[in-house]
Amino acid sequence: MQTSELDAIIAEHSGRKGALLPMLHAVQQAYGCIDAKAEKAIAEALNLSRAEVHGVVSFYHDFTEAPDPRPVVELCRAEACKARGVEALVAAAEAAAGERVNLKEVYCLGLCSMGPSARVHGKLYAGLDEAELVKLVTTA
Amino acid sequence: MSTVRISDDALAIALGADELAAAFEQAGATVERTSSWGMHWLEPLVEVDGMGFGPATPADVPAILAGTSDKGIGAIADHPFIKGQQRLTFARAGKTRPLSLEDYQATGGWSALTRARAMDRADVVAEVIESGLRGRGGAGFPAGIKWRTVMEAAGDEKYVVCNADEGDSGTFADRMLMEGDPFQLIEGMAIAAHAVGAGQGYIYVRSEYPHAIAKLDKAIELAAQHIAPFQLEVRVGAGAYVCGEETSLLNSIEGKRGEVRAKPPLPALEGLFGKPTVVNNVLTLAAVPHIMAEGGSGLYVRLGIDRSKGTMPIQLAGNIKHGGLYETAFGISLDELVNRIGGGTASGRPVKAVQVGGPLGAYLHPSEFHLPFDYEAYAGADALIGHGGITVFDDSADMGAMARFAFQFCAAESCGKCTPCRIGSTRGVELIDRIRTGGKVMADAVEGLPQMHNARKTGRTREEELALLNDLMEAMQFGSLCALGGFTPYPVRSALKHWPEDFG
Repeated sequence: MQTSELDAIIAEHSGRKGALLPMLHAVQQAYGCIDAKAEKAIAEALNLSRAEVHGVVSFYHDFTEAPDPRPVVELCRAEACKARGVEALVAAAEAAAGERVNLKEVYCLGLCSMGPSARVHGKLYAGLDEAELVKLVTTA
Repeated sequence: MSTVRISDDALAIALGADELAAAFEQAGATVERTSSWGMHWLEPLVEVDGMGFGPATPADVPAILAGTSDKGIGAIADHPFIKGQQRLTFARAGKTRPLSLEDYQATGGWSALTRARAMDRADVVAEVIESGLRGRGGAGFPAGIKWRTVMEAAGDEKYVVCNADEGDSGTFADRMLMEGDPFQLIEGMAIAAHAVGAGQGYIYVRSEYPHAIAKLDKAIELAAQHIAPFQLEVRVGAGAYVCGEETSLLNSIEGKRGEVRAKPPLPALEGLFGKPTVVNNVLTLAAVPHIMAEGGSGLYVRLGIDRSKGTMPIQLAGNIKHGGLYETAFGISLDELVNRIGGGTASGRPVKAVQVGGPLGAYLHPSEFHLPFDYEAYAGADALIGHGGITVFDDSADMGAMARFAFQFCAAESCGKCTPCRIGSTRGVELIDRIRTGGKVMADAVEGLPQMHNARKTGRTREEELALLNDLMEAMQFGSLCALGGFTPYPVRSALKHWPEDFG
């Protein structure tokens, strides 16, 4: 992580009201995680304790403390997708993912009328069957 | 060659609308990207001169352009799914380009804001009260009363906050509105700001909705001159379901952990950054421009039944043949929605259960399908209409597993501030597991310790476990700080009541 880049992100957001979340999003986006060094720099810039910043980072599912370089397949496993049979696809998807792909469960992508749905590299997919989901995982 | 209209709604895109639009362009057609009509089973839906074709794939392009396609559904506006609706909040759905100010203005946009700004703020609030509009996020609190509290509150700074943290499974109306008609939401917020005297607004959108975020950012930029001096900003959530609870949402915007605040003080008096704040759902604020049009409030209050006035954008989801957005006046029955309009299940199997109101809503049995869609009628049946999402399950659903999932979801998403929700949810998962396997045979390792004087040393029967579960749910319902812990017992109780055979 380049200190100058981090400083630039912090400077861009620190004037805003309630700056912490936008700042954390930017850091997560740029570095794939929010590590101890970033937490310290952010805490200093916003006049917070490191514990406060760490408390926020650890509260939200979107923020991670260590990077995970694996490709991510987000599979919706909330009620509406369960009603459309997503649970029956999970075993095959997990087998296809192995250790190579981070198969992450999410609660609702908002495509509830046409599940099962997933998101890969920002692209949404709906109405998946087992073969389509396995293909998404293996090509992720 | 005529213009081809295809939605750029996230659901249509997930089903291949972008690839389809590209194929039409390649074939030489002019493509216009509009909002979605809300007939999701037909997406991607193609509209040529008012006639619909769907669900279409790039292979259908030549036939659609030649007029020989067998995927025609006739005139879209005359489709029974559309014709049966009473669309006020979604009046523009399918008809306009989401980011076209020209389209917005041509369909009556900004006229309500102009009218409201020419009125005294107390009169604006009075009209919203008169309309009977209630909070569409789930709690159903009268919107005008909330506005009046903020209007009368003393404060140099006030805020209008839009709750767009639509985390409930089975709901997507907020997403469709933000993606399809963002200016209407912005106009509603500007009217609210005028009514209460706020200068700054925030729209808190969940991070799972990148399409909505992009549309809103652009729309706010385009609309800036129409809403000035009111300032508006999008704030992006970070994957916490509990941030849909208003006080936890406010903490999140402030840059804190999304923990629930104890009430009082009400956010209307001490909300964002400690200032008087209106917090309303997307659908509540988006209903306002219609209500503030000339004669709008009088029209609104005549729709619906009892104390549920106006229309509700109902979302048909889950295992349903004709899923999508159905806006209609309150009072419609579940039978009507699920069987007639929705066409039953997508799998063709019998309907077993319907969950209304998201993960915290009760599972309703087909014997309750006569219930009218109404806040009080549902409350009377130990259910809630919540944000208007209806998730249908066929007879292959395991309701014991769904009850377990309700606790599991609560455990994963609890903010951790209050004990009934934080601890109770995990104990609930364990209890359901034990009940499903026939009750606990022996006291567990902790209960067996000598210092656990009050713990019994023998196992419990299934009946005793059920009694324990009921105690736990009572503690959660009445002891939790917010609806997450407080309403998790609803799906569990209803599943236990109607489908005891699914609990082992």
